[in-house]
Amino acid sequence: MHEVVHHLGYLAAGLGTTLELSLLGFAGAFVLGTLLTVMRVCPIVPLRVVGTLYVEVFRNVPLLAFLVLFVFGLPDAGITCSLFTSEAVCLALYFATYVCEAVRAGINAVPVGQAEAARAIGMTFGQSLGTVILPQAFRTMVQPLANVFIGVVLSSSLGAAVGVSELIGRTQWLDLQYDEPVPTFLLAAAGYVLVTLAVALLAGRVQKRMAVRR
Amino acid sequence: MVDDAGTTADRTADDTAGNGTVPSGRVLLSIESVSKRFGDLVALSEVDLDVHEGEVVVVLGASGSGKSTLCRCVNRLETVDSGRIVFDGRDLPQEGAALAALRADVGMVFQSFNLFAHKTVLENVVLGPTRVRKVPRAEAVEEARALLDRVGVRDKESRYPAELSGGQQQRVAIARALAMHPKLMLFDEPTSALDPEMIREVLDVMVGLARDGMTMVAVTHEMGFARRAADRVVFMDHGRIVETGEPDAFFTAPRTERARDFLSTILRH
Repeated sequence: MHEVVHHLGYLAAGLGTTLELSLLGFAGAFVLGTLLTVMRVCPIVPLRVVGTLYVEVFRNVPLLAFLVLFVFGLPDAGITCSLFTSEAVCLALYFATYVCEAVRAGINAVPVGQAEAARAIGMTFGQSLGTVILPQAFRTMVQPLANVFIGVVLSSSLGAAVGVSELIGRTQWLDLQYDEPVPTFLLAAAGYVLVTLAVALLAGRVQKRMAVRR
Repeated sequence: MVDDAGTTADRTADDTAGNGTVPSGRVLLSIESVSKRFGDLVALSEVDLDVHEGEVVVVLGASGSGKSTLCRCVNRLETVDSGRIVFDGRDLPQEGAALAALRADVGMVFQSFNLFAHKTVLENVVLGPTRVRKVPRAEAVEEARALLDRVGVRDKESRYPAELSGGQQQRVAIARALAMHPKLMLFDEPTSALDPEMIREVLDVMVGLARDGMTMVAVTHEMGFARRAADRVVFMDHGRIVETGEPDAFFTAPRTERARDFLSTILRH
């Protein structure tokens, strides 16, 4: 047990990597997911088709399969990047579909009269989306987006399977060294719970502050 | 719900200047044999209507008669199945920037106000001019304040819509539409969602607009407003215009049976 305690710093660094992966992955997912939503609600049919296809393809493949294909497939195609970058990109591409669904639900939660009023004063599709619809949609989406972020944090552990040295990767390594699966994985679990609880708490606060009164 | 604000007693010759006279201005809006269906439901059937510059037209009719649909077709919030609508000498654009430009010239006031819930009262009024007309912000703010003053809600400029009464919200919505300097104002049942004591304050603003020469198409059952401000009343039934006339003549002696039935139902309560 005490050997494991000696390696707390090592684990903390893993948690740091997990956080970095999660933040980068989520940021990418947020931008791409919002873009996908815009494509799916816009009046241009080909863009809608591409958006829908993307979501249907990426949401229906296990992240692990996707990660393995990405990490081992891309070098075959002549594209190499670090394991860390590969995983962050994978998380972004994959969770963009979840962000997309959350944003779509958020947009649907904005009363249709808001869009009509925006159009009635002469706003274009882009203007009404950017200044009237999305700002209100995001306010109803704080909790759903926090859930997506928690999903990203937990799923980043799959990086261990392709050799990324994040929290679970390091926990596995410690377990192999000292054969102490219970305390090592309990510690790792505590690390994840710490992060996700913090996210949930923060989301609750933000939600309260941003709520649109109707 | 009938407002008595416009009984003949408080009308002066001045008020009725436009009433019933043959419209003299040029035709601003021309609706030509427009039809529209929602599935099996015929919403509009071969509707013809010309609205002249400076004219105030009140559209009446029972629920489902197509009056709101007609109103919404004018700025293409609804598309028409056949017929054409000409506004300011041009066919309504189908889509895109041209349609947005048309809508900027046609103000619309909704039954449910539809103020932007995440923006303050002032921002609601400023948004259109700054984003759509590219008016410098300081100028837009100055004008927005003048408009809020005109509709009597200047003191609420930093409040959010949810903090206002229905009547106040609707007056802000009118100011928001006016900020675009529209050539035509559409009112789609502007007082139907309001408590009786708030109807008056909204109607007063509308009457003021009418007197200032704004071209208006108003879907409303407020006979008081129709009598005080309208040049013409259009009565719709099952998607058709079945009777048009000047307000006094229409309300006192409707020519069609359908209009008589309708008037007796709205007068009875």
